[in-house]
Amino acid sequence: MKQTQLIMGMPISVEITDAQTNQPFDKVFAYFKEIDNRYSTYKPGSEISRINTGLTKDQWSAETVAVLQLCEETKRLSDGYFDISKHGYIDPSGLVKGWAINNAADMLKTMGYSNFYIEAGGDIQVAGSNGYGRRWRVGIRNPFNISQIIKIIEVTDVGIATSGTYIRGEHIYNPKDGYSHPSGIKSLTVIAPNVYEADRFATSAFAMGRSGMNFIRALPSFEGYLIDEARMATYTEGFERYVA
Amino acid sequence: MKKTLLGVTILGIYAVYSLGIRHQDPVIPKPAALAGTKPSGGQSSPNNSAGSQSGSRSQSTGHSASSSSTAFKDGTYTGSSADAYYGNVQVSVTISGGKITNVKFLQYPNSHYTSVIINQQAMPYLKQESIQSQSANVQIISGATFTSQAFIQSMQSALNKA
Repeated sequence: MKQTQLIMGMPISVEITDAQTNQPFDKVFAYFKEIDNRYSTYKPGSEISRINTGLTKDQWSAETVAVLQLCEETKRLSDGYFDISKHGYIDPSGLVKGWAINNAADMLKTMGYSNFYIEAGGDIQVAGSNGYGRRWRVGIRNPFNISQIIKIIEVTDVGIATSGTYIRGEHIYNPKDGYSHPSGIKSLTVIAPNVYEADRFATSAFAMGRSGMNFIRALPSFEGYLIDEARMATYTEGFERYVA
Repeated sequence: MKKTLLGVTILGIYAVYSLGIRHQDPVIPKPAALAGTKPSGGQSSPNNSAGSQSGSRSQSTGHSASSSSTAFKDGTYTGSSADAYYGNVQVSVTISGGKITNVKFLQYPNSHYTSVIINQQAMPYLKQESIQSQSANVQIISGATFTSQAFIQSMQSALNKA
């Protein structure tokens, strides 16, 4: 079974090979709605918006404190390239999406499902196998023409996240370089042990520019596929084993 | 005297050696620190407290952009073209069995950065290829996030027709 809903301003798709009822889908979508209500910077009533307008620290939820600690940790691990503060406001969405997908995947596993994927705005957690008993086939979108696929990978039990500029303009910036655009790079896709790791380090590595690929290469079990303005792809050696 | 000479020689060799190493393998930010954060098995769980379990202090007063899966008529619906300030966004939505089964981008913003082309050599241990379009027989697509109000607007106007 597969279902898609529009939450957090993006389509979220869930396919569960071994599901017979709507129940697991309802649970996952309800969770994403709750996350949206808490962390959306578009919603004036969200906790993150209230923090940005002065909600004092003692009133922050335990979950938000934990999420912001993860953001701090990621900033430290990425040597400052992952940074959720901009113009005096914080926006943890560069971490929350992957984190939420990963939590939703854990919920499905707890419910006993082992063959599924969850995709939210291009970031994906896959588990087990698809309806044909094979690994999930995932396409990497062409940043020059988003109706095209330029690479197909076959994966199971990993997370995949892509950072890029082609849709939101400058939504990822280099915090060390006066908020400039990371030069020459169109998109960076990262495969990692789970989507939380993939998302936060894809965001970090993208901000690093070309040396971001070396950052990804240095992380055990991480692979990267970077596409630049010259339509050239640069990828880690280990990426090849996923290519269909 | 001999010892000093030996020390200087060893230092010299080390200096040349480390220059060579650096040349082969460009500086990588803090890989050692990272290794410490990953438990064996590689499945690092970010946080055990899923949002659904913790106290919900934040009541949303904003409108929700989400659409439940109720009462859509099957068919393909085209949304209005919405300005995303860096270009126009327009989507079409396919409904089948009352659920959204496909979202297609009819219009999307082009990059402002086409003039900048960095023509660098690939880093060591990295490979390169030119990108090529593939026939898209895939279940899932990974791409950069699409969370913009323009998208929501176009999507919503498509769904309003369904």
